[in-house]
Amino acid sequence: MRALRSSAVAAIAAVAALTAVSGCAQKSDTKGSDAVQVKASDDKCEVSKTSFPAGHVKIAVENKGSKVTEVYVYAADDRIITERENIGPGTKAEITATIKSGSYEIACKPGMKGDGIRQKITVTGGGEKKSDPQLDKAVAEYRKYVQQQADETIPAAQKFVDAVKKGDLDEAKKTYAPSRTGWERTEPVAESFGDIDPKTDTREDGLEKGQKWTGWHRLEKSLWDDKKITDDDKALADQLMTDLTAWQKRVGSAEITPTSMANGAKELLDEVYRNKITGEEERYSHTDLVDFEANVDGAEKAYDLLKPVASKNDPALVQELDKQFESVKKALGDYRDGDGFKSYDSVGNDDRKKLSDAVNALSEPLSKLAAAVAK
Amino acid sequence: MTDNTTKTNTADDAEAAGKGAKAVPSRRSILGWGGAGLALGAAAAGGTAVALRTGSDAQPAASGGDAVPFHGAHQAGISTPVQDRLHFASFDVTTTDRAALVKLLQEWTEAARRMTAGHEVGDGAISDNGELPPDDTGEALGLKPSRLTLTFGVGPTLFEKDGKDRFGLKSRRPQALIDLPAFKGDNLDAARSGGDLCVQACADDPQVAVHAIRNLARIGMGRVAIRWSQLGFGKTSSTTPDAQTPRNMMGFKDGTRNIAGTETDRLDKHVWVSEKDGPAWMTGGSYLVARRIRMHIETWDRTSLAEQEDVFGRDKAEGAPTGKQREHDEPLLKAMKPDAHVRLAHPDSNNGVTILRRGYSFTDGTDGLGRLDAGLFFIAYQRDVRDGFVPLQKNLAHHDALNEYIQHVGSAVFAVPPGVRDKGDWWGKALFA
Repeated sequence: MRALRSSAVAAIAAVAALTAVSGCAQKSDTKGSDAVQVKASDDKCEVSKTSFPAGHVKIAVENKGSKVTEVYVYAADDRIITERENIGPGTKAEITATIKSGSYEIACKPGMKGDGIRQKITVTGGGEKKSDPQLDKAVAEYRKYVQQQADETIPAAQKFVDAVKKGDLDEAKKTYAPSRTGWERTEPVAESFGDIDPKTDTREDGLEKGQKWTGWHRLEKSLWDDKKITDDDKALADQLMTDLTAWQKRVGSAEITPTSMANGAKELLDEVYRNKITGEEERYSHTDLVDFEANVDGAEKAYDLLKPVASKNDPALVQELDKQFESVKKALGDYRDGDGFKSYDSVGNDDRKKLSDAVNALSEPLSKLAAAVAK
Repeated sequence: MTDNTTKTNTADDAEAAGKGAKAVPSRRSILGWGGAGLALGAAAAGGTAVALRTGSDAQPAASGGDAVPFHGAHQAGISTPVQDRLHFASFDVTTTDRAALVKLLQEWTEAARRMTAGHEVGDGAISDNGELPPDDTGEALGLKPSRLTLTFGVGPTLFEKDGKDRFGLKSRRPQALIDLPAFKGDNLDAARSGGDLCVQACADDPQVAVHAIRNLARIGMGRVAIRWSQLGFGKTSSTTPDAQTPRNMMGFKDGTRNIAGTETDRLDKHVWVSEKDGPAWMTGGSYLVARRIRMHIETWDRTSLAEQEDVFGRDKAEGAPTGKQREHDEPLLKAMKPDAHVRLAHPDSNNGVTILRRGYSFTDGTDGLGRLDAGLFFIAYQRDVRDGFVPLQKNLAHHDALNEYIQHVGSAVFAVPPGVRDKGDWWGKALFA
């Protein structure tokens, strides 16, 4: 996989979507008097209110100073939310932006330079959801699940690592795919630790220049393609264990929200669609279908936990998702072989297309789950 | 338009007949008169072409059906206002005979000269001898010149392939014509990459562009063979400052701040090879990078609007940079997420790196798994690839949030020689001198 979007990012995106909705609702009844007045002078930046509701915010600036000024709204990390430059002395300007709840700073910059004269502001409510005990429970349960998957991964990975270190090619091949299951089930959360994922789960084409290739897929190549275990591989196996142990220790602190769970479920299916169905993920071991099932398991878990809320808000969606999860699992079931699955290189294009179509049919409604739990 | 060709054919006869006047028959005028078309009804497009064939750097103001001048200091099809359609072809040279290759380039140049003016190639589409297959394949009969431009380039393998200097050109290879490095995430298909020669055909009518490549390929048989080709249908960038920036297959406006065809200073600085860059045969030329960028359309379509906008760093409706109101407002990079596409691609994030983009959307049906085989056929022109595409793509390949939704599957780089000056000049003449 390519670890790029994390669940944290998805969560931010989802919150932004929420504020956008409430922003629209407020837009129509925004009156001139609702605007935040900013009086900027050469040495002052007076803000009429330092606390206002989230959503579509209007800021009316009046430059009472002698210098050309500019006004910025900064987020806590100094990211610019909105700004207006070139506000001449004695002139007025209006800035509008959709701002979600949180702490911000308004800065006036007389002479248009420097960090400016800053005023802390708080944006409240609006886009923020009231806490919902049902959703809180879903998040708590999912957090438990994520931790449990990491905990179960450690002994499974240890078996694989031991086999590699013994130089036992057959045993290493047998234990490779099961060592990945917990990771694959919770991949969007696992990926949110940006420093671990590149070390454990990078494919050869995802390497940065100068980056040493480590982790599962490097060992996969040794086992299936090079067909031998080197001393370097044994060291890599140790490294994998160290990295996975770090993940297990930290995963409980991951940022999880109902929308990040829902978007994470969708991302798991995106993973299937992009990397598993094409056979790109496990290009040497051809154990793609094992990952496939793990991704679907993890998505279904998040869905099941969100279902009580989603079925209140969008019963038709829940009905469709129930149906499509069954359909994907059934399609996958055709390729079961003993404890695992058929080697993916034995699955022809016609069959791959059937799997792809089933994943599409599930992913499309699944992409609406976040909105259904955020209502 | 003094087209002193020695061949006798309908178009040339017509040209001779109309010499001194503005009359050259368009393909349209020939249609309906059959092989006996001659000078009848000769009015439409050629006249405009003559009017435009002024200074070498003149910006053709041609609209839909007109012809773009073929001769000039620079090849047309780079700073020319972007046409609606593309047919790009990469060729392998199959002959090992340098003289045969030179002859081909001369024939190609002549054919390109004729086709860009709206004429048929060779003896035309309807030959006098019924026993012969016609020289011109005929599907552009009746169509206007459609601002067809044909832009020719040479790839690194023309100079050296598998350690062999097939045409005695190895010492003439420009240093700037590097083999592109591997970028993170590349999944390049050799069958859609590289090539000894390329021709970029752009026109407002897809059939005119296809006709041009088809006829050049036919002329080349036995000496060159098509390695790969790509059709493009929606231009994704504009070199006309006032024009609306077109949307790409992801539904976003991208490449808003492209170099305009009228910005001669920026063209000189970023696009045209200068005399002091060397080698001499490339002065006035440029370097072309082509990348076939597949988009994961289906997963993109399932991505929330907020995330889509974050990924690009623009709003989808207007195309305004994050936090701004209008598309052409100066982007405020710090307002965007650190991995937003616009932020990472902006010259300010790349030590001023600026390239001229001329890409097209493509959809080559589906891929066998029921997915749209769609994306962007990225084309960029620059003065030196090492200061242009390479650092830019390194940055994007490393950080761009868009990488989750795209994959580079084809790649090629070509040196594009300066323009063909006049009737006696031909594609690559200075290179083979």
